[in-house]
Amino acid sequence: MSETAATVGRKHKFEIRDYLRLDMFPHFLCPGCGHGIALRALLWAIFELDIEKDQLAVVSGIGCSGRLSAYIDANTFHTTHGRPLAYATGLKLARPDLHVIVITGDGDCLAIGGNHLIHACRRNLDLTCIMLNNEVYGMTGGQVSPTTSQGRFTTTTPNGNREPGFDACALAMGAGASFVGREVTLQTTALKNLVREGIAHKGFSFVEVISDCTEIYGRKNELGSSPEMVLSQKRSVLPKFDGTTVDKPFRAGDWTTGVLTREERPEYYSAWREHCQRVLEKKGGRSS
Amino acid sequence: MSAKLTSLQGNKACALGAVAAGCRFFAGYPITPSSEIAENLSRELPLVDGVFIQMEDEIASMAAVLGASLGGVKSMTATSGPGFSLKQENLGYAALAEVPCVIANVMRGGPSTGMPTRPSQGDIMQSRWGTHGDHPIIVLAPASVEEVYRQTIRAFNLSEAFRVPVVVLYDEAIGHLVDTVDLPAPGTFEVIDRKWADGPVEGFEPYRAGEDGVPPMPRPGDGYRTHTTGLTHKESGFPTQVPAEVTRVTRRLLDKIEQHRDVIEQFEQVECEDADILVVAIGIAARASERAVRAARERGIKAGLLRPITLWPFPEEELRRLAAGARHVLVPEMNAGQLILEVQRLCPDSARVSGLNRYDGESTHPGEVLAKIEELNHE
Repeated sequence: MSETAATVGRKHKFEIRDYLRLDMFPHFLCPGCGHGIALRALLWAIFELDIEKDQLAVVSGIGCSGRLSAYIDANTFHTTHGRPLAYATGLKLARPDLHVIVITGDGDCLAIGGNHLIHACRRNLDLTCIMLNNEVYGMTGGQVSPTTSQGRFTTTTPNGNREPGFDACALAMGAGASFVGREVTLQTTALKNLVREGIAHKGFSFVEVISDCTEIYGRKNELGSSPEMVLSQKRSVLPKFDGTTVDKPFRAGDWTTGVLTREERPEYYSAWREHCQRVLEKKGGRSS
Repeated sequence: MSAKLTSLQGNKACALGAVAAGCRFFAGYPITPSSEIAENLSRELPLVDGVFIQMEDEIASMAAVLGASLGGVKSMTATSGPGFSLKQENLGYAALAEVPCVIANVMRGGPSTGMPTRPSQGDIMQSRWGTHGDHPIIVLAPASVEEVYRQTIRAFNLSEAFRVPVVVLYDEAIGHLVDTVDLPAPGTFEVIDRKWADGPVEGFEPYRAGEDGVPPMPRPGDGYRTHTTGLTHKESGFPTQVPAEVTRVTRRLLDKIEQHRDVIEQFEQVECEDADILVVAIGIAARASERAVRAARERGIKAGLLRPITLWPFPEEELRRLAAGARHVLVPEMNAGQLILEVQRLCPDSARVSGLNRYDGESTHPGEVLAKIEELNHE
């Protein structure tokens, strides 16, 4: 992006306060929640990409993840449960000049919003979807979600979860997303870099962030203190993606992280405009 | 001055009216009997630099419409009963977050999948009360193909003027009817665009309204960087649960409609002024009723028709005034009794209110309305 009056003289070191609505603080997240780290990574990536706040639109759904948009000093839209990708689709098609980023959660994105996710992957509109996966419905008090690990206790699985959990990245890849990546909140710089790559990718990008819910989920499952939970991510991560695709839609015990897939496919809006151009030329040709 | 006389289908008229009103975004999902609206717009919108998208479901269609409108583009969707039920979630968001949008609902037999290809007026109450919570909404009920065109334009105008969702509600019979129409030439009708915020960015509150109760809308990219939410919010746009604030902002939302009834209300009257038997009907049932009223007049019966074109808010004062002079009020409708509930609420005791209902997938016929008028006349 070229240097404009707004960027001249800006700080060249990332300062998160420049991107937050400070009058909204203190925030509502629980102590130990990983969502704040994810938010920081997103804003850091925005800074590094030199995206103007006026040109940034953040669309979120419902749940703990959904509340994050309110803290961002940008054009923010806190929409309905599961629907942020559908709102973002309309917004981006109406305003292709905006950078449209969706923040969603495992329940918002994979349960009530699952249909919107797979079709967003298929269409390849230039959106970035950041799904914060904490394995639980936190806002409503800790119910089982589509990514809850088997055997885990939640308020609606008092005897342990018997259902398999989705591997969100495998789902997005299966649905045709042209950019898919996963990172854990422990790796803050790697997370920032992944989000940055996702935003820079032309087309639909899906980034899963493994985030911890210490208060509601961790406590119930005796997963330890907040630092213990974050550090435990280290044990579960397979940081070097070996190029083999995930062959099961279900969540494995280990997480492959980094960029899991990246391909160039026609971007939806550009393709739509080319289509319109062809239609107009055809019409013009016929009438003359 | 008219463009030209032409024959047109109701659903196509809706699509063409939308384009004439400045609609440049349509998101929808196939559903009988409204699909021709989407089909026509998929042809029209590429020609005017617009966007057409068929979404994965009805819910996503409504959400995409709101996303596009929040971006600053006039947007609409179209559906029928089962889809209208699914739209209610985001329709409530539009009402609370004050996002202009137009929803065409072409009514078919219900409940559930019902009778997809048969006409009905079963969504009269749903169109007013379908989404949860107290909310403002405007519903327009055209009764002819030409009126579908004109009322679709008006739907966009009202939606833009008052930042409120507007439903264009008509039955399958009107949707698939082919009428000869006299469409207004471009430039001969009013096209209203929403008020955009253009004042200082510092201290701007997106839901601070002036005397008209309608706050100017901040356009993304213009520097306001506001927050839009489906949570109950105060003037700043951020959530509140403070009772006094909630009361104040809810009151303004509802008053937006009440305050502007003079502009929003529209109705047609046929032989009403001395009517002894007042018929109240909308859509195809109103067309049948008009014919019955004229036939009754020929037989010397003082019948009249009040046809709400704006169904919601209901023309309360006008109905009260006309019913005060009538001995009977008759409500023909294609459901088991919905419009009659509103009529009964508003009519003085002196007027006996009766219904004429059918819910068999057939349109109300002039003959049955006339027979009922004659029956009431003998009482």
